[in-house]
Amino acid sequence: MRFWLPFEWIIASRFLREGRLQTAFIVGGVAIGVAVIVFMSALLTGLQANFIRRVLSAQAHIQLLPPQEVARALGGDGAQEGAVMQPPLQRLRTIDQWQALVTQIRTMPEVLVVSPSATGSALAVRGDASRAISVIGIDPALYFRIVPVSDKIVAGTPRLTSSDILIGTELAGDLGAGVGDKLRISAASGASNVLTITGVFDLGNKGANQRTTYMALHSAQSLLGFTGGVSSIDVTVKDVYGAEVVAQRITALTGVQADSWIKTNAQFFSAVQAQVTANTAIRFFVALSVAFGIASVLFVSVVQKSKDIGILRAMGISRGQILRVFLLQGGLLGLFGSAVGCALGAAALLAWRGYAIGADGQPIVPVTLQATLFAAALALATVSGLVAAFAPALRAARLDPVVAIRG
Amino acid sequence: MAELASPPGYEGPIVQMRGVRKAFNIGTPIETEVLHGVDLTLERGEFCAVMGPSGSGKSTLLNIVGLLDRPSGGRMSICGEETTQLEDAALSHLRAHRIGFVFQYHYLISAFTALENVLMPMLGQAGFANRAMVGRASELLDKVGLAHRRDNLATHLSGGEQQRVAVARAMAMNPALLLADEPTGNLDTKSAQKVFDLMRALNRDSKTAILFVTHNAALAQRCDRIIDIVDGTIAPARSIESARSAA
Repeated sequence: MRFWLPFEWIIASRFLREGRLQTAFIVGGVAIGVAVIVFMSALLTGLQANFIRRVLSAQAHIQLLPPQEVARALGGDGAQEGAVMQPPLQRLRTIDQWQALVTQIRTMPEVLVVSPSATGSALAVRGDASRAISVIGIDPALYFRIVPVSDKIVAGTPRLTSSDILIGTELAGDLGAGVGDKLRISAASGASNVLTITGVFDLGNKGANQRTTYMALHSAQSLLGFTGGVSSIDVTVKDVYGAEVVAQRITALTGVQADSWIKTNAQFFSAVQAQVTANTAIRFFVALSVAFGIASVLFVSVVQKSKDIGILRAMGISRGQILRVFLLQGGLLGLFGSAVGCALGAAALLAWRGYAIGADGQPIVPVTLQATLFAAALALATVSGLVAAFAPALRAARLDPVVAIRG
Repeated sequence: MAELASPPGYEGPIVQMRGVRKAFNIGTPIETEVLHGVDLTLERGEFCAVMGPSGSGKSTLLNIVGLLDRPSGGRMSICGEETTQLEDAALSHLRAHRIGFVFQYHYLISAFTALENVLMPMLGQAGFANRAMVGRASELLDKVGLAHRRDNLATHLSGGEQQRVAVARAMAMNPALLLADEPTGNLDTKSAQKVFDLMRALNRDSKTAILFVTHNAALAQRCDRIIDIVDGTIAPARSIESARSAA
């Protein structure tokens, strides 16, 4: 007997040890349930993170844009009755007081990076060839922390001085240009500039590689006629799922239209949410079946041990002590089962990482073994065990010792 | 454990029952009264046999004296403490410190060794085991002649040995009162004799009052007093001498 263990622990552990086969089966049941939870959770988290990384590697979490122009009818009351309101053309506009806005947003605790940019359409000309392009003028030190363009460079360097431009692989192919070549960029206003290609990138999307170009912020501002203005402000936040809330706060604080990635990718986000819901439902039902398993085994144990409970009560052991003995058994079953289940889940995840490899040599779904997931599984199963044990423990505590001893 | 034996300064009767009744299925058409106004006094160190035919109410009487069951009416005190109004927790406490039980079947906890079974009442009250408790349990096992079997699981002992361990366990808290419900009923004559002698010795050495339910007239005659229960009432007292002559 271990002297350092309290009475309830000694009885609970000895009861579990005595019914070895019964204990082994329920620990096995809990282990399988926990292994399923661990494996599914890690897989779905990996899948989700992979999707989100792909989506958010090419866009900011929140984008601030100048307000849309709206048409308003002139005249007094009733003058607009029956009038046909034609929506106005949306001119390229800049954000008022953007420097103050950037400073204000940077002070928000949820925000990681704030990057102003000047964007517009232009024509890239090289010799006889020309292509319509989208110009994005950026401060590379800030913007590359939001969209890691430097990671996607396939030729040259991501350097962006006032005479540099980065273009996509498709555009480079269409124009027959490469690193070191010069391009004339002409804006719709008639302004133009000759820039040197310092890098060619691959964003992983043919359309984006055809259209997207990056240049220094002040180069784009002078080309697009913004004269010190910016047309959008990109923001990244600490919690990607909290982006919409932060966007709403920014709009409320500044009055500028702020669109989160959740809003602009509503369908994708609802698919992610559906996945989260399905995962939660699976975890809930597996945990429920584990809890019922533990409860049923403990109910049987109460019947099997009723004479022992009776004699313990006869020797002055209180109802509370009996209650704790059975609660502990539930908790211990949950803890041991989840420990084995975590090991099984980890083994399954390692096997998945080793065998589920795509044609490109990369994992089909990248999974990571997170300590927090295992800790959560252990805690969940132990608490489930305790909760599941409550009804049988209460029954044991309420046993009439006379009836229990008589059997 | 000696300090838990009996209330300090109390020298009166260990058990006092006045007009104790016990009925089952109260308020239903099958209400049955098993004990009809029992008066009983058991003095300190008294060894008292309880006899009577099956169904006469012996076990019910023992359960009530042992605070495992509550009387339907009447008054009762254990070691001077009125028990009829006590809460369950107080009854458990009183049971733990004043009363020991030995049943017809030993009811040792099979998952534990002989020593651990004897240790159990002390452990349950203290919360943690300590060397002094182990010493007390070993001493009791030595008294019942089972020191050499202390580390054997309860299931590995013979019937007589199991019952002797049960007696040692009942004495663990040095109770003022030992309730024995046919403890020799399942044993062969030799083992029954051993268990009885053991209880007699413990009664003599520790002045523990014993209520000893038995059908064995020969053993009953060796007690200080015999209580006959007939149809839920205590029959007029008879002396040991008259019991012997009746036998």
